[in-house]
Amino acid sequence: MAETSLETQAAEKPAVVEKEPLFGKKERRLLTDPLDDNNPITVQVLGICSALAVTTLVIPSVVISVAVVFVCAFANLIISVLRNRIPNQVRMIVQLVVIATLVTVVELVLKALDYGVYKQLSVFIGLIITNCIVMGRLEAFAMANKPWKAFLDGIGNGLGYGLILILVSVFREVFGKGSFAGFKIIGASPEYLIDTASISWLGWYSNNNLMVLPAAAMFLIGIFIWIQRARNPKLVDIS
Amino acid sequence: MEYVSIFLKSAFIENMVLAYFLGMCSYLAVSKSVKTAFGLGLAVIFVLGITMPINWLINTYLLADGVVIAGVDLSFLRFIIFIAVIASMVQLVEMIIEKFSPSLYNSLGIFLPLITVNCAILGGSLFMVSRSYGFGMSVTYGLGSGFGWFLAIIAIAAIREKLRYSDVPPALRGLGMAFILTGLMGIAFMSLMGIDPSAY
Repeated sequence: MAETSLETQAAEKPAVVEKEPLFGKKERRLLTDPLDDNNPITVQVLGICSALAVTTLVIPSVVISVAVVFVCAFANLIISVLRNRIPNQVRMIVQLVVIATLVTVVELVLKALDYGVYKQLSVFIGLIITNCIVMGRLEAFAMANKPWKAFLDGIGNGLGYGLILILVSVFREVFGKGSFAGFKIIGASPEYLIDTASISWLGWYSNNNLMVLPAAAMFLIGIFIWIQRARNPKLVDIS
Repeated sequence: MEYVSIFLKSAFIENMVLAYFLGMCSYLAVSKSVKTAFGLGLAVIFVLGITMPINWLINTYLLADGVVIAGVDLSFLRFIIFIAVIASMVQLVEMIIEKFSPSLYNSLGIFLPLITVNCAILGGSLFMVSRSYGFGMSVTYGLGSGFGWFLAIIAIAAIREKLRYSDVPPALRGLGMAFILTGLMGIAFMSLMGIDPSAY
């Protein structure tokens, strides 16, 4: 089902491109805004559940980020093309069917490409369906904008989400497990790059188990929000 | 007795928000005042309590291996069917709230349709399947975990209302503080893990 609907969009896209600049200033803002000033996680507060669940290790976070960029971009594109034909009463079901189909595509592709990572991630791939970013952007943007803009908005928001996810996972893996993307950096045995057992003045160091708990992701995101709002006071809300 | 223990377990020990961190988006965004949190909490209890038994019936009598046609396993349709049931129930709740309480409807805004993508609800149905609960147990589990979610959002909303009078650094006010508070509440609830209500 996804295949056929993607093909129809490919045919429709050039018509939009002729009327408006393909990649003007507005379009660039659609891509860069979600990275900082309109970040899905720290400003729009969408998609936090999976941010907590996946971020203990770097590699799964990268895979999930790529999957979210893909799902977000194409769900936005498809819904934006269909936006004038979806009756308002059933719009959520239509949106969810599109998202669920795209997620199934991602799941099958990942299963074929890298079965190890698939085994590690299977539950969380399914949870992309319930990732509020995808549906939030469909409701807030794709239902009211042209396909090409909606597509860029999807990519931008997917990237903004991935940025936070990867930042959190880097902190959690390096300080919680002493490794980075599986490469062992610091720990109390010779297989680590920095062996705290053999360097006498580093004997006090040990990995922080708090970082492995989901609560650490909450603290980290809280601190990111703090830094971001200290830099940009416009974002501070009073509530 | 079994039902009581499942209810207590799902509401307190395995609290959806504070132990599994599911359903965070609406939890953080709608917890600015106790009143709206109360409305959303009730809606979540209702949606969880309704979708859980419906999904149980569909999963047992339609999707299980070889129920419809011998030798055909339809369980790969589980995600899409569960989410469709949830979406239609949420649409129902949306219509009811719009009819009976327009002010609550307006203050919930985009987060009402987003109950559909509240991971606590899909997560609840998936937990129910993976733990192979029976029909009565799935109803209890739905109501219990909904109640736990309700408690958590009321708790954080009350704390955030009080926080308005405290001296938080400006950049940390609101959202940032809510994240850190939830982390602390999660650590507090971890102390309940490992308690087994069925043993008493």
